[in-house]
Amino acid sequence: MTPKHADLAEQFITDEPRTNWHDETLWFVREKRDKAVHGIPEWEDLREWGSQIKNHSLSNLSQYLKEFEEKATANGIQIHWAATGEEHNQIIHKIIQKNNIQRIVKSKSMLTEECHLNDYLEHRGIEVVDSDLGERIVQFRKEAPSHIVLPAIHLKKQDVSETFHEHLNTEKGNNDPQYLTEAARGHLRDKFVESELSITGVNFAIAETGGFVVCTNEGNADMGAHSAAVHIACMGFEKIIPKAEHLAVFLRLLARSATGQPITTFSSHFQKPRDGQEMHIVIVDNGRSTQLGREDFRNSLKCIRCAACFNTCPVYRRSGGHSYHTSTAGPIGSILNPNLDMKANSDLPFASTLCGSCTNVCPVKINIHEQLWKWRQEIVKNGYVDTTKKIGMNGMAVLFSYPAIYRLTGKIGRWVMRVVPFITNNQLNPWYKQREMPKPPKESFRDWYKKNGNSQKN
Amino acid sequence: MKVALFIPCYIDQFYPNVGIASLQLLEKLGCDVSFPLEQTCCGQPMANSGFASLSKGCDANFVKNFRGFDYIVAPSGSCVLHVKEHLHDDKNPLEAEKIRNSVYELTEFLTDILKVKNINARFPFKVGLHNSCHGQRMLNLSSMSERVLPAFSKPQDLLNMVQDIQLIKPKRNDECCGFGGTFCVFEEAVSVKMGKDRISEHQANDVDYITGVDSSCLMHLEGILNRQGNKIKTIHIAEILNSSL
Amino acid sequence: MSSRDKILNAIAANQPDLVAPPTIDLDTVISYEDNYTQFKKVLEGIGGKVELLSDIAILNNQIQKDKASGQLVINMIDDVDKQIVMLTSFELEKLEKVYLRATLGVAENGSVWLYESQMGNRLLPFICQHLMLVIHKKDIVTTMHHAYQQIDIAKEGFGVFIAGPSKTADIEQSLVIGAHGARTATIYVVE
Repeated sequence: MTPKHADLAEQFITDEPRTNWHDETLWFVREKRDKAVHGIPEWEDLREWGSQIKNHSLSNLSQYLKEFEEKATANGIQIHWAATGEEHNQIIHKIIQKNNIQRIVKSKSMLTEECHLNDYLEHRGIEVVDSDLGERIVQFRKEAPSHIVLPAIHLKKQDVSETFHEHLNTEKGNNDPQYLTEAARGHLRDKFVESELSITGVNFAIAETGGFVVCTNEGNADMGAHSAAVHIACMGFEKIIPKAEHLAVFLRLLARSATGQPITTFSSHFQKPRDGQEMHIVIVDNGRSTQLGREDFRNSLKCIRCAACFNTCPVYRRSGGHSYHTSTAGPIGSILNPNLDMKANSDLPFASTLCGSCTNVCPVKINIHEQLWKWRQEIVKNGYVDTTKKIGMNGMAVLFSYPAIYRLTGKIGRWVMRVVPFITNNQLNPWYKQREMPKPPKESFRDWYKKNGNSQKN
Repeated sequence: MKVALFIPCYIDQFYPNVGIASLQLLEKLGCDVSFPLEQTCCGQPMANSGFASLSKGCDANFVKNFRGFDYIVAPSGSCVLHVKEHLHDDKNPLEAEKIRNSVYELTEFLTDILKVKNINARFPFKVGLHNSCHGQRMLNLSSMSERVLPAFSKPQDLLNMVQDIQLIKPKRNDECCGFGGTFCVFEEAVSVKMGKDRISEHQANDVDYITGVDSSCLMHLEGILNRQGNKIKTIHIAEILNSSL
Repeated sequence: MSSRDKILNAIAANQPDLVAPPTIDLDTVISYEDNYTQFKKVLEGIGGKVELLSDIAILNNQIQKDKASGQLVINMIDDVDKQIVMLTSFELEKLEKVYLRATLGVAENGSVWLYESQMGNRLLPFICQHLMLVIHKKDIVTTMHHAYQQIDIAKEGFGVFIAGPSKTADIEQSLVIGAHGARTATIYVVE
């Protein structure tokens, strides 16, 4: 069984200084985001436009996808459709085999993480080099990214230094980020130059042009795509937007929300393969059409993967991405993943205080905290909740339906806590582990009111 | 103006002084206040745990107790939000709807309905205001650091009317304390860590008290403070607004 | 049924009723007193350099000097060299400097747009050590909305907005300029 978020989070917090560091590092990103968006007076309008464009796109999605396919094909791009993650991997494997390719670089694509492409290919003897610096670091360490924009945010420079010493032969103990990045630069530029196939993600696919946009800061998607003879771009079908002019809205929203930058360093618009190049797009469903049919949850498909909800989430910052045990962590992951596997991910919608900060930072206005609440109802309805919780909740329902039982229980409870406090003050009570219980008063407000309430008025 | 006082279950049982302060404050401000005696709970603990389907009996009891008033006021943002968003009663749908539209959190009621401009209260202490999430982000009691909108704060405006109070903002003015209903036990480790982090920011400001509109957040922070042996105390905003120290 | 049809049918069955796209009112978007000043401020803030030139001919001296250094320097300002278009990534890996024309600059974010025809070879602006771009001052627009009104992304096979040098902050959020691509980006703005 997959370990649950609460347990993994508890492990993470064991190292409190490191937890503080993780929290502060991500809060710093959130603050950069705040500074950037406060420089745009029309920010809230921009979010509204982003949201409405995505709502419109989802409401006409089948048409837009057909239009995109037609235009892209006319541009010389080969379109593939994958109903599942498995099929996505098979399609890519076939292209690799057909071209007899050995050297593959891949820039960041959360979809390929979702489909476990690297594992799939590795089992078939094919190595993929992740070219985003953060992804390369976690790949060396055989870890999963812990954040969709900042994959190695859970690691300190000492960790990276050790990893690079082992894999890139850098000086032992040299923790300078500049030095370490330079080492990765040399290593990866060699990989780019010799690459035969480049895999990238897709940030936006434009129905009216049949082209697509990929955003990076490092330039790694471009270094790969423009070097290799074959380029495969992988996209979830929800990446479709209707028109080129809509890119203006999303490119204004994306980087400001993600890292507080005004725009990513490179926003590359691919329209046609270059001379002699083969270009493929794999359009993936993998549960998305089911999510589209869930009225309460469909607008999670508006997500543009900026990770602003990660950075602002007080739970994510103190539990780390790996505690979410899925490829997309954080609040958005907690509303996407139950759709993929409700049972395995039944803990995730509960890994939130429902504080609502995620909804406030979301550039396309996904009501994340409301969907977390609704997933909780769905998970209980489907029976994916432990029996003790169920019994407790049923008891509570009775208690609060009958005022007399409520009063009696309250009275006994307070009496017990006063007279024999060890009944609640013990390590079996999770509240008491690191917190004192409230001091129970002799009388409830109601008791007081019955005695004094009316005299107040005189 | 007929006002019903809704005292959430845990305030009734553990924090009667918050109920008393709310009652006295509203009466001082000229409201005709009743406390329906058969009230229990709003049903939020069940609903937020995924058991909204179990809250029917609780909801029916709520409607039975709170129908027929002009306003329903509670010293808790979280419980008010739950009623506003989720109270339903198949047998009395119209009454449930009327309650949903006339339930108010205390500071919201003082600001928007009573339009209070002066409060006769004194509280000569250093105080840090904890913005509880449900009050702030969902009931819109104050502006939010994430949004690009003009700044305001209903609880802070009221506290500024109190004599000799010294309000100091924590560094992260609107971060969650980690209570989160049953989150506080099912995600105990994160919950406590979040609470400790809130406290350390107030501690850096050397406050005497942490206040807020939700006793649930305060109960959680108080539990940690007491375990730490910390001298900072928690106090509900109603108690400050009703204080004559 | 093919996966294509299966997916498209499932989407058609599950997509919500049609809603209209928004009307984007450009009157409400930010404006600046001077687009050039804003462009320069933002671009310098993200690690780029901006130099104002009264005449593009001023660059010629510098380009001659760069070329004389013995390092690989490519100048595409005046016309695209067909030889260069054919260079492979192995050959371009040694590219020290490239001078390219860009179409327009964007004041709000310090980015410039380049068409494929302005780079000749798609790799040039990415693989070089130092990127030098030339735009006209009058071609600095206010926001991305204005930029997309002026460019046609379907006109050529490839196009890109570039905002400063390649960078990363993947190691402890420490900003490092020169991740894989250009270590410096200089934008010459011709009056």
